[in-house]
Amino acid sequence: MSFQPIKFYQTGTFTVGNRLLAPEERSVQASDKRYNSINSGHRACQGCGEALGARYAIDAAMEATQGQLICANATGCLEVFSTPYPETSWQIPWVHSLFGNTAAVATGIAAALKVKQKKGERNPAIRVVAQGGDGGTTDIGFGCLSGMFERNDDVLYICYDNGGYMNTGVQRSSATPPAARTATTMAVGSEPGNAFGQGKFVPAIAMAHEIPYVATATVADLRDLEAKVSRAMELRGARYIHILVPCPLGWGTASSETIKIARLAKETGLFPVFSAEYGEQKSALAIRQKLPVEDYLRPQKRYAHLFGKQPDVQVIAKLQALADRNIRKYNLLEGL
Amino acid sequence: MLKQMEGSRAVAEAIALCRPEVICAYPISPQTHIVEALGEMVKDATLGDCEYINVESEFAAMSVAIGASAAGARSYTATASQGLLYMVEAVYNASGLGLPIVMTVANRAIGAPINIWNDHSDSLSQRDSGWLQLFAETNQEALDLHIQAFKLAEELSLPIMVCMDGFILTHAYERVDMPTQQQVDQYLPPYEPRQVLDPAEPVSIGAMVGPEAFMEVRYLAHAKQMQALERIPQLAEEFQAVFGRDSGGLIRSYRTEDAETIIIAMGSVLGTIKDTVDAMREQGHKIGVLGITSFRPFPYAAVAAALKDCQRFVVLEKSLAVGGGGIVATDVRLACTGMGLQGHTVIAGLGGRAITVKSLTALFEKACAGELELNTFLDLDWKAVNKQLEREKQVRRSGPIAENLLRDAGVVAARNY
Amino acid sequence: MDKPFAITLDPGSSLANRTGSWRTFKPLYLDRLPPCNAACPAGENIQGWLFHAESGDYEAAWRALTENNPLPAIMGRVCYHPCQGACNRQNIDSSVGINAVERFLGDEAIKRGWAFPKPANKSGKRVLVVGAGPSGLSAAYHLARLGHEVEIHEAGPYAGGMMRFGIPQYRLPRDVLNAEVKRILDLGVVLRLDTKVSNIQDSMQAGQFDAAFLAVGAHIGKRAFIPAGDATKIVDAVSVLRSMEGEDKPMLGRRVVVYGGGNTAIDVARTVKRLGASEAIIVYRRTREKAPAHDFEIEEALQEGVMVKWLSTIKQAGEGEITIEKMALDDKGFPQPTGEFETLAADSVVLALGQDVDLSLLDGLPGLELKDGTVQVNQNMMTGHPGIFAGGDMVPSERTVTVAVGHGKKAAHHIDAWLRGETYAPPPKHEIASFDKLNPWYYTEAPHMVRPTLDIIRRQSTFEEVQGGLDENNALFEARRCLSCGNCFECDNCYGVCPDNAVIKLGPGKRFEFNYDYCKGCGVCAAECPCGAIKMMPEEN
Repeated sequence: MSFQPIKFYQTGTFTVGNRLLAPEERSVQASDKRYNSINSGHRACQGCGEALGARYAIDAAMEATQGQLICANATGCLEVFSTPYPETSWQIPWVHSLFGNTAAVATGIAAALKVKQKKGERNPAIRVVAQGGDGGTTDIGFGCLSGMFERNDDVLYICYDNGGYMNTGVQRSSATPPAARTATTMAVGSEPGNAFGQGKFVPAIAMAHEIPYVATATVADLRDLEAKVSRAMELRGARYIHILVPCPLGWGTASSETIKIARLAKETGLFPVFSAEYGEQKSALAIRQKLPVEDYLRPQKRYAHLFGKQPDVQVIAKLQALADRNIRKYNLLEGL
Repeated sequence: MLKQMEGSRAVAEAIALCRPEVICAYPISPQTHIVEALGEMVKDATLGDCEYINVESEFAAMSVAIGASAAGARSYTATASQGLLYMVEAVYNASGLGLPIVMTVANRAIGAPINIWNDHSDSLSQRDSGWLQLFAETNQEALDLHIQAFKLAEELSLPIMVCMDGFILTHAYERVDMPTQQQVDQYLPPYEPRQVLDPAEPVSIGAMVGPEAFMEVRYLAHAKQMQALERIPQLAEEFQAVFGRDSGGLIRSYRTEDAETIIIAMGSVLGTIKDTVDAMREQGHKIGVLGITSFRPFPYAAVAAALKDCQRFVVLEKSLAVGGGGIVATDVRLACTGMGLQGHTVIAGLGGRAITVKSLTALFEKACAGELELNTFLDLDWKAVNKQLEREKQVRRSGPIAENLLRDAGVVAARNY
Repeated sequence: MDKPFAITLDPGSSLANRTGSWRTFKPLYLDRLPPCNAACPAGENIQGWLFHAESGDYEAAWRALTENNPLPAIMGRVCYHPCQGACNRQNIDSSVGINAVERFLGDEAIKRGWAFPKPANKSGKRVLVVGAGPSGLSAAYHLARLGHEVEIHEAGPYAGGMMRFGIPQYRLPRDVLNAEVKRILDLGVVLRLDTKVSNIQDSMQAGQFDAAFLAVGAHIGKRAFIPAGDATKIVDAVSVLRSMEGEDKPMLGRRVVVYGGGNTAIDVARTVKRLGASEAIIVYRRTREKAPAHDFEIEEALQEGVMVKWLSTIKQAGEGEITIEKMALDDKGFPQPTGEFETLAADSVVLALGQDVDLSLLDGLPGLELKDGTVQVNQNMMTGHPGIFAGGDMVPSERTVTVAVGHGKKAAHHIDAWLRGETYAPPPKHEIASFDKLNPWYYTEAPHMVRPTLDIIRRQSTFEEVQGGLDENNALFEARRCLSCGNCFECDNCYGVCPDNAVIKLGPGKRFEFNYDYCKGCGVCAAECPCGAIKMMPEEN
């Protein structure tokens, strides 16, 4: 396990905090002194999973480095909603360069720090994170990401995966799941929505680079997410965390259901939550109550075409097969 | 210290003397020898406290430099041709963010057809990228310009391309006067960034700027380049004071004192032009040369002043704005608007085509006689061109142009089997 | 730093952008009424005292509990805990063992000698409480805490009423009862035993009381006509149980038939079993499902060897035997005679057919309304005679200790107001925190802790307490199974899940506050609040 869940309290470690827990057992987000690395006033949509995921992850990294963090950010929703002139939501040193070069920018920062720290010109505790959406990570930024991985540069790269190009109006990315409707995979024709047999799961590709740390997480399991960031910051070299962040706008879900949808993604097995070190799987966050994929799909308008007058049982079965494969492959029922 | 060495090596040693902190390397001819040499110096620790990153593309090279520079490190990379084009998005970004990166461009043609030899198409394609562009005439000047470039870039918080002709300079062994570390340290202070990513004083760099401020941001970039017009000659003077050598500056005039005809060019071709002009002067032609070192910012006033007493000028450039004509010529013509001069554009040496004294002599004599056309393509094979044009007129599937021309020229490998 | 214009920005400057203006729905913190509290006849704030118990502060828990009910150690034994029947946790695994935790707290209080705070101010008013049963004790306790001078007049020799004379010791040890009574008396309540009030007006005048609360209970066993020979011993259940408190134990013989299907019938049967009867047979005219006795008590009785003849009525009682007739339920569920008879050996028959109230003390009281042998009271627990209130078994309601305690509390508030010439208005009830208001995902799986049960052999022969208590560890565990329905328990979820950092954490015990300057109204906080303490309301305008 990536963290020791606490049992037999009202809520164990499922809630953000718990007044019954010892202070050292509490989450970063439970603290009234948390960093709020991304501040109020940002322009993310109501219920934005990415805004939430970014604060969870960056605050955890800030906690791990005691505030000695520099962040590089890819173009995308997160960048646009957080830094429209004349206001920024970031309370940490932050740079946005381009859509597809964030991993490389972070490499440059890490290289600069290494030299400066060796010369004694900068605090030796300063570390680097890079972050971007799935488009900026799995598509346009993938070359730079892979380069950063293979060189094992001392960067934690965090991908906030909402399964598409949401900033430009919900187009397909290589992280868009099969059958999902996007503006470029419309729910029309004989095979509505995104095609099966396409796309890529970057955490697995990251593992193939045999970098020190690869993990997935969702905004629904805060403690797991924080533990993963914390573990990542214990290690040096290239690290990758892929966080599922539901997008109410792009997925067609109620703004209040962001966390619930992420939870369903994990509980159905469609999104495997695990970690790996040096290319080998180390942990799996066990499914608590296995649910059929339908429970995850049905509340999302991007899958509405699967639930017309007659549910499209064939497509649903194919998606269920994908979930079942994840469950087998990553040991999601037993957990690790 | 005088040394006989390859131009790339000379530049690499000069870069090392500038104490770079992050170097990003990606191989592309004819720039590669520079980063190879630097890589070796970092690896054997003769260049200390420097990170050398073997990146996966030029796009990454410029991006790593952006990150490093934003984090306060003196950052360097080198590229050419396709590599420069591959990094273009990041090139604009570096200048937009005001990051004083220095980059060597070992000038090379751009494909297709793919061509590894020298012309200026690559860096001139980045004319409006917001970078300063300094062109070296010799290996000595290439070496010197890099030292000046770091100082200028960091003063202004703007990136600079030092352009040197691929192969002609990069691969040429020449004698150079290599400065000492002490001299360079005296001239070039440590990098004091205008903005830096630091948890001690957090800032957000790279905000999204809308219509309400975007024009001002662009104007400020322009204003900085205008400041550079003042600083470049001063830096050359300061350089001379430390290194005892006249190097850099905006422009450089040669035998223009009573010249009726002035030949204008950038880069290494100036050497050939000067040799030609020397010979023609001996024959009594009133001809001189104006070398442009700073292409960006373009020294309009200096150029106008340099041309004020001549009757005509010929801009000989290794670049072509296809569908337009000259690129440098356009700026020169703009510089002498209203001066009543006869201006000529000569496109020469594209893709490494040799520019010979013989051709230049004929060209300049024609110019002095007032017989030169407005636009000239030096040593163009009109026969081959016309044949292809004719072929295209007659046959829809006329085939690939480059191969057709080679076949017409009798190159065996291009024969139709 | 001389920052480049527009491209480089000062940290956190987005605070200038008040995103609260986007909101169309607004989250509000609220306290919903936990189903346990709603179901508690004594009006306990169960969730409220469990909250303290969860953190191990048992004294605070006990004090919160006794705000409403002064008898937790008793209640933790004899209450039929309707709260647990309402508990939302049943939908996850099983109800929280509220009753067990209550008993633990009550026992802790006795063990540690916790006392009630003495009232700060005296009202100068005197209130007469008639009857020292649960209702009277409860009323006396609340009135005393409200600053009134209280005197209890009890006809019997001991305090406790039905808790002493109706509930066997194996369910309620007398030292527990005595301890909790004493603690009430320690507040300054005067208890006069063997003081039967035969005329309420006379007693009030004599004692110069400003108001009275009547809670004499229902002690007269109902009779049924059974043709019987002289030799057959027929007694009523109340007398049997009452005599258990005296020196002379009842002599009922070896084979005892108990007639009735309520809890009293069960209590009597189990008692006679313990007294050494070889056969204790309950005869009841309907089925087990229809019996008013609690099923767990029937089960315990059966475990102890009590036998039951369901669907049977006693037709005749002869010497050493009785005749019963088999019954059958008709379409409407009523028992009808079948004409089938059976003979049972019986040395005595105990009638457990319910009790009547002795209303003689009210004779001649003007304004009073009596109906079906009970005193009618209005919603303020006041009889038709101003200043005289009544509660417990003598008014129409369910006859349990818990209901009686509730009556006492309610009446005390109304008496207090009446004495001041005011009307007591209870605080408005919050809406119920039903299970659909919760987000059960967040609660950990935690099976119910089972209380130890006395060994069966000892249950058949002694009056030792059948059900044991929880120890501290499992009491704490059990308390922590509480879902805190409808009431914030500071899990930090709203604070954590807000994508806009628009929740302000006020510190331990102070809960949270919304920062409406930035709250966009997405509703994630409300959706992810485990206990349903946040509500989304349409934004005004």
